[in-house]
Amino acid sequence: MVDSAVLHASVSELHGMLTQRQISSEELTQAFLERIDLLNGKLNAVVTVCAEQALNDARRADKRLSRGKATMLTGIPLLHKDIFCTQGIRTTCGSRMLEQFIPAYDATVVAKLKTAGVVMLGKCNMDEFAMGSSNETSFFGTVKNPWDTQCVPGGSSGGSAAALAAGMATLVTGTDTGGSIRQPASLCGITGLKPTYGRVSRLGIIAFASSLDQAGPMARSAADCAHMLTAMSGLDAGDSTSADLAVPDFFSELSGDVAGLRIGLPREYFNDDLDSSVRAQVMSALSQLEKAGAQLIDIDLPHSHYAIATYYVLAPAEASANLARYDGVRFGYRCADPADLEDLYLRSRSEGFGEEVQRRILVGTYALSAGFYDAYFNKAQQVRRVITDDFRKAFQSVDVIAGPSAPGIAFRFGAKQQDPIAMYMEDIYTLAVNLAGLPGLSAPAGLINGMPVGLQLIGKPFEESTILNAAHRLQLDTDWHLARPPIEEWQP
Amino acid sequence: MSISQEDVEKVALLARLAIAPSDLPEVTERFGRVLQLVNELNTIDTEGVAPMSNPHDMVQRLRPDVVTGGDEREALMASAPQQDRGYFLVPKVID
Amino acid sequence: MTWETMMGLEVHLQLATESKIFSGSSTQFGAPPNVQADAVDLGMPGMLPVLNEEAVRFAVKFGLGIGARIGRRSIFDRKNYFYPDLPKGYQISQFFSPIVCEGVFEVPMEDGSLLPIRITRAHLEEDAGKSVHDIFNQESGIDLNRAGTPLLEIVTEPDFRSAEQAVAYLKALHSLVTYLGISDGNMAEGSMRCDINISLRRTGSDVLGTRTEIKNVNSFRFVERAIHSEVERQSDILDSGGSITQETRLYDAERDETRSMRSKEVANDYRYFPEPDLLPIEIDEAYIEAVRASLPELPAAKRARFVSEYELSDYDAALLVPDHATAAFFEEVVSLGGAAKPAANWILGDLSGALNRADLTIESSPVSAEALAGLIGRIEDGTLSSKLAKQVFDGLWQGEGATDEIIAKRGLKQVSDTGALAQLVDDVIAANPDQVAQYLAADEAKQKKLSGFFVGQIMKASQGQANPKLLNELLIKKLNDQS
Repeated sequence: MVDSAVLHASVSELHGMLTQRQISSEELTQAFLERIDLLNGKLNAVVTVCAEQALNDARRADKRLSRGKATMLTGIPLLHKDIFCTQGIRTTCGSRMLEQFIPAYDATVVAKLKTAGVVMLGKCNMDEFAMGSSNETSFFGTVKNPWDTQCVPGGSSGGSAAALAAGMATLVTGTDTGGSIRQPASLCGITGLKPTYGRVSRLGIIAFASSLDQAGPMARSAADCAHMLTAMSGLDAGDSTSADLAVPDFFSELSGDVAGLRIGLPREYFNDDLDSSVRAQVMSALSQLEKAGAQLIDIDLPHSHYAIATYYVLAPAEASANLARYDGVRFGYRCADPADLEDLYLRSRSEGFGEEVQRRILVGTYALSAGFYDAYFNKAQQVRRVITDDFRKAFQSVDVIAGPSAPGIAFRFGAKQQDPIAMYMEDIYTLAVNLAGLPGLSAPAGLINGMPVGLQLIGKPFEESTILNAAHRLQLDTDWHLARPPIEEWQP
Repeated sequence: MSISQEDVEKVALLARLAIAPSDLPEVTERFGRVLQLVNELNTIDTEGVAPMSNPHDMVQRLRPDVVTGGDEREALMASAPQQDRGYFLVPKVID
Repeated sequence: MTWETMMGLEVHLQLATESKIFSGSSTQFGAPPNVQADAVDLGMPGMLPVLNEEAVRFAVKFGLGIGARIGRRSIFDRKNYFYPDLPKGYQISQFFSPIVCEGVFEVPMEDGSLLPIRITRAHLEEDAGKSVHDIFNQESGIDLNRAGTPLLEIVTEPDFRSAEQAVAYLKALHSLVTYLGISDGNMAEGSMRCDINISLRRTGSDVLGTRTEIKNVNSFRFVERAIHSEVERQSDILDSGGSITQETRLYDAERDETRSMRSKEVANDYRYFPEPDLLPIEIDEAYIEAVRASLPELPAAKRARFVSEYELSDYDAALLVPDHATAAFFEEVVSLGGAAKPAANWILGDLSGALNRADLTIESSPVSAEALAGLIGRIEDGTLSSKLAKQVFDGLWQGEGATDEIIAKRGLKQVSDTGALAQLVDDVIAANPDQVAQYLAADEAKQKKLSGFFVGQIMKASQGQANPKLLNELLIKKLNDQS
């Protein structure tokens, strides 16, 4: 039997154990499959388990390992957010609309990670069509936060974050359109990175908002995120928005040296609205970096408070068009016995989509409609540029911008269902980063009342190394990222 | 700027979403709250600012005019709700 | 009440690229349903468009071909509506910033004048798929092979005042795009589709009337008839004090009338916005000049050159030029020694007639340019009379061999031997004394007519082989000698 410590081991540790044949990938994979089996009933983090395929992949990885042809990620078990199309394996996007959908193709990210040698264990639950910040909108039920199962894990990559925190995989993938990697990472006590827009290919990722979506790594450390990011990144000719830039070995760029690193603290983030406990943890994390040689500098991002309005015009607008293809004609959910074409559309879509998705489609359609385009959509695009310029100006005098990842710790189920706006406010610190296309990560910054809270680090375009390095430094000097939810204390 | 139930119905039709009459008031009310949120955009002056569709100043790459891939019909139509003789089927449309 | 017809045309041109505009699927016509529709064409989840460079080049070629301004930075937009042949629920098109901007297209009219038509814009977009309604009982079938084929939509200002002008424009457009090699421009096959916007206004007024749109008229003839019937319909309504409803109509060829289309889109709001999956197309001077350098000689320039270089009439040039294969054939004949005017006559006359009857294009002509040049040469050197040449042409068409072989085999060599001709003339004069007397008694005008009788007799006697020119000279001289 396998020591349960491997369930929380890092990529480097596991790579060492695998290459030294202390454990096989098959044994490791089996251990994770058992872990999922044990915990998923309670957490509901995984919607599809691919046991047979995983074990086959693991055996193949073991062959490579025995031939000495392994790379860092060979044989490492991983879960994909169910927004990544996986060939031959159901991909639901958390929705009834795609409950039975089996793609005939892999997303580029899936293919790249497969080439890098990962073993895919299955697909993670998520907010429907990535719209949500609590994983409460999934057709497949809510996901429980392993730290407190009365609380949400965050969203939309809630299943991914919960699964990782609960030790169901070594690595998980997520996507982030307004904070969907960073906020759940914060609420579940893990490290999650949203790369610069264009760093990672979007081909094969079910689109929510095309100019904001990015796929990224979620792991137990910045170092592990770095391994994943290297494998995930790179130009994809099939994605016109993918950047033609060389991909560094992000792991080898982790020097741990932050001497002279200038970290900007926006006054707009650290105002009276910020919860004092969150502030305390975030400042505690920042002072660690200060001790290691970084400089903390007050900056302004004067148009920060417009980010939420801007986002909630642009994202729903793009989504309203991206989701128009779900019409019951070529794939996906179709209503029973449609009377005519209009009935086919209306009922397939109204029955296939949940409430939040429908609301955002309505908002988006409205923002684009005749008479409102200028006041809403075009205006929001203008404000987007203003917000981006704020960051550009700030980055003239700092290297990194820091703040909280989320306004608070994980909240109880149903706590923010009364008013859609209350839920939208969860992403108040993360939205602007997507609007500006910048890289951003969340790293654990301790606990408040036993619940995780995250530090957000935002970097200049394509400078993921800088923020990963700062998070890495933090994780060398503290052990917040090693904290685990009290699952072992659960009764079965 | 608030929104009427009638406006919501019009938007719903454009988006091919059916809202049950009993749900319409609540849908309208929640929609209205989102509108209130986004109306804040009215308070910022953006005179002369160019709209931003994409965060970076990238330009479209071009693809050579070459046929790639062949007949994938079987694989791609495997998920079709209704098909026959190679066609996707929908209730009959009269033009 | 006199009404002035105001029309604008929107032509959708299928561009003849190998692959689709945003995916690598083939654009070949005639495949079984959905075998040329990949995941991108089907709008499957997660799929993304990538732009075909040839579609861009073709669009720029067109723009340069009409002397239009090329958009240095053009953008794709989403046009949103629901229809089963539109897989993504939006069409990727260009609304805000098209790749080709304003230009003027000079349309050659039948009377030789040039009609300037203002082109508002031309933009790239993807074609939709096809629905079939007559194969299945309760259902319509959707075939997405065509979805994603590149289209260039060419929009004019409402500069057309008559059906004649509209048809002339479409013919000239067909000619231009085939010269440029960017499209087959074939209305019957659907590679060139025409929508007509028509309104009437009181003559002398500058207030535009309400317009209707007539969609998908698929031949030059139908364009003409659709316009006539719609103008009649509108003027009838306006004359009786009614008003025109702005709507889309279809032309019914059987009934020769337009009828309202059952609205497939309820007063559509397309909600155009910039396509976030594609980035702006940037075109620089170097690119434009490279495309310009690759342009073939265009119809207008070729017409002018045919007139100046070959001394053809405007009329002949205007008929030879529109089909570039015909123009090329003509030049080949001339380069092989055929005189220009006869070459034009033969091509536009006998060859054209034969090709039409056999339903062939000039590229498949059984009579090659070389053969025609040879034939013309034999007429010019006196071996063959024009009349007999037609028989030789038939021989060439049937594949009986080369010109000289046919002449020999059929015994068609023209008699130009003055001695032999003189003998023939003498014989006929001797045999017809009454007619000779009539001739000598007549005035000049009547004499011309009467000489025809003698010519006819001589031709009969010589099986048509008498050289007509020489014959005439001899005949007139000998007749006059009789007096």
